[in-house]
Amino acid sequence: MSAVPDKGSPSSLRLVMTLAIAGLISGVAIIGIYEATLQTITENKARELREAVFKVLPGVSDMQPFVYRDGKIVVSEPDKDEPVVYGGYDEQGAFVGYAMPGAGPGFQDTIKILYGYKPAEKLVVGMEVLESRETPGLGDKIYKDMDFVDEFYSLAIEPEIVAVKKGTKTADNHVDAITGATISAKAVVRIINETHAAWAGQLPPSGSEPELEAKGQGGSGAGP
Amino acid sequence: MKKNESYDEFIKGIWRDNPVFAQVLGMCPMLAVTNSAINAIAMGMASMFVLVGSSFLVSSFRNLIPKQVRISCFIIIIATFVTIVDYTLLAIVPKVHKELGAFIPLIVANCLILGRQEAFASRYPTKLAVMDALGMAVGFLVALFSLGAVREILGDGALFGVKLFGENFEPWVVMILPPGGFLTLGVILLFFNWFKYKKDEFLEDVAAAERSSR
Repeated sequence: MSAVPDKGSPSSLRLVMTLAIAGLISGVAIIGIYEATLQTITENKARELREAVFKVLPGVSDMQPFVYRDGKIVVSEPDKDEPVVYGGYDEQGAFVGYAMPGAGPGFQDTIKILYGYKPAEKLVVGMEVLESRETPGLGDKIYKDMDFVDEFYSLAIEPEIVAVKKGTKTADNHVDAITGATISAKAVVRIINETHAAWAGQLPPSGSEPELEAKGQGGSGAGP
Repeated sequence: MKKNESYDEFIKGIWRDNPVFAQVLGMCPMLAVTNSAINAIAMGMASMFVLVGSSFLVSSFRNLIPKQVRISCFIIIIATFVTIVDYTLLAIVPKVHKELGAFIPLIVANCLILGRQEAFASRYPTKLAVMDALGMAVGFLVALFSLGAVREILGDGALFGVKLFGENFEPWVVMILPPGGFLTLGVILLFFNWFKYKKDEFLEDVAAAERSSR
């Protein structure tokens, strides 16, 4: 060990050691907080997703995730970036509809939504914004303005949904846009249309949806 | 005397050396997250935790940290606290975390926090450093809140999400958009500078009157 250098210039070793120790302590602290909060964060996310699915598909009491592999829909937890839809089932285990996650550019940042889709009637039956950074007071009306959210309770999806000026709604596939937040409202409609178009060829014909599998891990969206 | 001193360090951050109104620091979060009062308060609390925690550590270890690497050490300490805040908010109040978004990690780059470490915490005893940090943080919180409240009231007709005016109120939408942040901040700074100017004028008058009476 070299002699401790007196005031003036500390040895390089001391400088390196100081930073190394600081980094080490910091690393331990960060790992600690990560480990401590990880479980709560995953649970929060799984719960939020589950609640959202139940909200956009009225009457649903159980759900399971589907992915599209080898030309058909299979029940599975998605791999990394694989698109996923959630099948919703009522208490008797009968298929009710899909909860379809979609994402697309909004006014400021990506908007992530989840919407309920009943393939038999080709209807959107609910819409929930999962993530958005739209302007508070304006764009955030896409989930705060109940008039707008209610537009999605029974909305024909074919032909594709059109956002029209507020009060000029004339058809089943029309959505009243929000005054002052047209871009955000149109973004939501576009996301639903795009997601629908992307899945249209992949979902099985109405009536032949996969059955609800026996509850393994509680059927939640949380992967291991 | 001792008590008085730490009280002075506390109070100066709130008024005389207010980090926003007097030092014009921390402008990025100031303008970005003050579009509603609740966001402003969450940001203020997060900054307070980071500032007080870092000041405490920096001041406690000020004799152990060689001055050649002090800035790196400050940043390591600040970044650790910011990460802690980030994960804690995500776990406890995911909604608030969602609203503040990228601005939580960006607290690391808030010059107010690094500035206090360099200018104060690394030179003074722990007790004074913590008082100084508390004062600055409260000053920052007050500034964030006043901007957030003004912008939410004018731009959305509400405070903390509670509607204040009747149905006929037409929200002044520009106030919650970025230009509203600049406008509000400009008006508040105008007031502060006017006040300071008036005070200086007054003190000069007093001094002049004293001179002439002598």
